[in-house]
Amino acid sequence: MAEAPAISPIVILLASVFTSNMVLSNFLGMCSFISISSEYKTASGLGAAVAMVTTITTVLNWLVYRLIMVPLGLEYLRYIIFIVVIAATVQIIEMALDRYFPELHMKLGVFLPLITVNCAIFGVSLFMVIRSYNFVQALFFGLGSGLGWWLAISALAAIRMKIAKNKLLRGLDGPAITFIITGIMALAFVGFSGIFVIQ
Amino acid sequence: MISGAQLKALAKRNIWDENQVLRQILGICSMLAVTNLLSNSLVMGIGLIFTVSLSSWTISLLRQWIPHRVRMIVQTLIIASYVIFFDIIIKANLPEISRSLGPYVGLIITNCIIMGRAEAFAQSNPPLLSLLDGFFAGVGYTVVLVAVAFIRELLGFGTIFGFNVNFLALETWTLMVMPPAAFFIIGVFIWILNIRSQGKVSGGGRNG
Repeated sequence: MAEAPAISPIVILLASVFTSNMVLSNFLGMCSFISISSEYKTASGLGAAVAMVTTITTVLNWLVYRLIMVPLGLEYLRYIIFIVVIAATVQIIEMALDRYFPELHMKLGVFLPLITVNCAIFGVSLFMVIRSYNFVQALFFGLGSGLGWWLAISALAAIRMKIAKNKLLRGLDGPAITFIITGIMALAFVGFSGIFVIQ
Repeated sequence: MISGAQLKALAKRNIWDENQVLRQILGICSMLAVTNLLSNSLVMGIGLIFTVSLSSWTISLLRQWIPHRVRMIVQTLIIASYVIFFDIIIKANLPEISRSLGPYVGLIITNCIIMGRAEAFAQSNPPLLSLLDGFFAGVGYTVVLVAVAFIRELLGFGTIFGFNVNFLALETWTLMVMPPAAFFIIGVFIWILNIRSQGKVSGGGRNG
């Protein structure tokens, strides 16, 4: 087992929001990022749900990986086990929200099943294993990645609402312009690089 | 059993008319990240072809026995088993590529193309046909992947499959290696395809 890197959790948090943003520099969670970003409110709701689930599942997966899989030598099963943990967590969160926070459930409920297959959530768990973070680092990495995803999809949705009424060149509307906007956003985020380095 | 014409139609539909990446905007997650080098993209594409054909085949074989309510999780487990298999093969035989692909091999599991083919096709079609459907969907994905990687590697590093083709020693275009380039290239691909198909269907209606 590799040693955890000596990086402050706060640096990991900031870096995973800005310099190595899950969508804009790691291309994770693109499917829903492109398809559910035409309206700001919906996008922000989805972002919040992803941020919450990412944080919780990263911590759970860290515990499962270190306390169960490593001692038993089952590392090669991590893809299956992580997916099952994520699916189970989403299910439990949905039931808990429904029972205790019905208002929040009304807002986020529709997104929860969708995000079981969001690559960003699964990807964060895999990155956490590859970079051999310790518990606190994993927690901040999950939180930062979730917040970064939320920030990116909210920004994209806001931009798309601005251009929705404008006339575009033929064939450019829909996914094409969305990708180009994302590219420009990614270019802007490149400006942050070098402030924090985590890999 | 499967006629040549049927095969041709299946191939044309999955590789061109309904290309999963450019038409359905599926499978983007794993696709853009590995496209700065051709060799990585090719391995990734082969991994996807392998997984999508075999999991479509398996799901189609088992389709009568999988209870409808739990089918998603069963499908995910079938897909994950094939991905683990592929991951172990890559690790053993191509350790360098395995290291540079990092988590993206595992992310094949959450690639929407595989689940999409399982839901849309393998659920209701015989095994061999599902295998071929998955295979061609995977080929369609790989073609786009390799096309993007070709542009990025050529302009970004001045190489093709690692061979230096930059004979004039021109300055390479650093942006092409960085993430934003992948977004721009795929956006332009979709744009060009939209213009072409709108021209054909005169009157449009196929955008979005």
